Amino acid sequence: MRSMPMRKDESTQPIYEQVDAIYRSESRRVFATLIRLLGDFDLAEEAMQTAFAAALEQWPREGVPANPRAWLVSTARFKAIDALRRRARLNSSIMESMGPLEASPNPIEADQPEIEDDRLRLIFTCCHPALPPDAQVALTLREVCGLTTEEIARAFLTSAPTMAQRIVRAKAKIRDACIPYEVPARAELPNRLDVVLRVVYLVFNEGYTTSLGPTLMRHDLSSEAIRLARLFLELLPDPEAEGLLALMLLHESRRSARTTPDGEMILLEDQDRSLWNRELIAEGIRLVRRAFASRRLGPYTVQAAISALHAEAPSSAATDWSEIVGLYDLLLRIEPSPVVELNLAVAIAMRDGPRAGLSQIEGLLAKGELENYPLAHSAKGELCRRAGQMDKAKASFEKALALTSQEQQRRFLQRRLAEIK
Amino acid sequence: MKYMCFGYKDEKKWEQMSESEKNRLFDVCFAYDDELRANGHFLSGEALEDASAAVTLRIKNGKVSVTDGPFVETKEQLGGIGVIEAKDLNEAIALWSKHPALGASATGFEIRPIVDMTAMMDASKQRRKAAGKS
Repeated sequence: MRSMPMRKDESTQPIYEQVDAIYRSESRRVFATLIRLLGDFDLAEEAMQTAFAAALEQWPREGVPANPRAWLVSTARFKAIDALRRRARLNSSIMESMGPLEASPNPIEADQPEIEDDRLRLIFTCCHPALPPDAQVALTLREVCGLTTEEIARAFLTSAPTMAQRIVRAKAKIRDACIPYEVPARAELPNRLDVVLRVVYLVFNEGYTTSLGPTLMRHDLSSEAIRLARLFLELLPDPEAEGLLALMLLHESRRSARTTPDGEMILLEDQDRSLWNRELIAEGIRLVRRAFASRRLGPYTVQAAISALHAEAPSSAATDWSEIVGLYDLLLRIEPSPVVELNLAVAIAMRDGPRAGLSQIEGLLAKGELENYPLAHSAKGELCRRAGQMDKAKASFEKALALTSQEQQRRFLQRRLAEIK
Repeated sequence: MKYMCFGYKDEKKWEQMSESEKNRLFDVCFAYDDELRANGHFLSGEALEDASAAVTLRIKNGKVSVTDGPFVETKEQLGGIGVIEAKDLNEAIALWSKHPALGASATGFEIRPIVDMTAMMDASKQRRKAAGKS
């Protein structure tokens, strides 16, 4: 969490650290509640800023209140209404935005369950299906996680003005389409939950799989996604959310083993398993077990279970490939997709030998859907290589190379091509 | 982060405003400045005299040439600048969008992030110090 966007000067020095710590731990919660009370993202942000400025000024004199969050929320609300009134006196057109504010009941009891729900409301609003996916991601990172526009732009390799416009448009859409600030009703919940989980996983993958640009930045995105999933689970326990968190933790556990010091990609089977983070694995496995016990299996949970089997295996050869084939079969039934079929084919190859997998992959490629998917061709190349069919392997690796622009993958494919020549 | 906002105005339109209209606008603008100040956003702001009061310096054949008038002649001229502290570009946009001058005396704002020169200045100081020693 960022520091307060405020100057530290002599007058605020003594209390600054304390207020800053409260900003880090409470600002997103305060913000989420203020959106509900004030009905507008920008107004809420400003009101919160005012309240923190007031805290810096008043707390040295009056002491830090027993419940800082409640103090901040009521101060922000009071000051926002006050500012609107003042502006309204000067400019009559603002009067119209006063209606709902005056009407809202005096709210703030700090530990009311509503206040916890506000962060959930915020997540569901940022991940509203009426918003385009890239806007959902940008808004979630800025409003829920507290990242700055510039940080999000850097992480997604785009310019700050482009990202800022995306966020402005998303907020305008929320305002104009009157997207309600609420946790969806039970009937709607499964679909809305899917969108939230997809946004979280997108953020994670952006940080994990693609490694264009500065790696450090991208790593931050993965930890942000994990933090977000933890927060979401805390607010709304759900087996698929558990499954997703498990999946991300298990991926994350291999981070330092998946590339060489100079950034070259290392395949799962060649990784030094002693580098895997045992703590993350243990937590991931615990979560998978819990999610499995719910008997409502979703795709993230099944993928996490597959990942957990890899994590538990001492080596690639000692992996329970039969179990993995079974889980891919299950995944295919829950969420049919050619990419899952491809993974199933690879698992079959690991269980029954390269030729068995190869015939599966060739069948898949013949269907055409994976024709432009580089990983399909590189998997085929790999199985051909293992089956001793070097000419076919070469053709497949070349095809994959022509299809991918991702630098690490390109270098990996070039190494493979050099090896079989 | 610090952001500078350049306010552009149509000077003809401004001239046509009555005294009381101008005063009313000053009041709302200064009130908004106070609000920005109270929230810790306001760093500085200046209003500029008309572009007709400007002189422009250019280098011609290695010499400084001085002409009257602004750097670029356009219908909308720079009328003032403001510097604020904001969390990020979106907060800066939100703050300037609410500025009462926008749509009144100002026809548009350009917002630019200010470069933090601290590290560059320190590095330069080191270089100059080293150069002085040798």
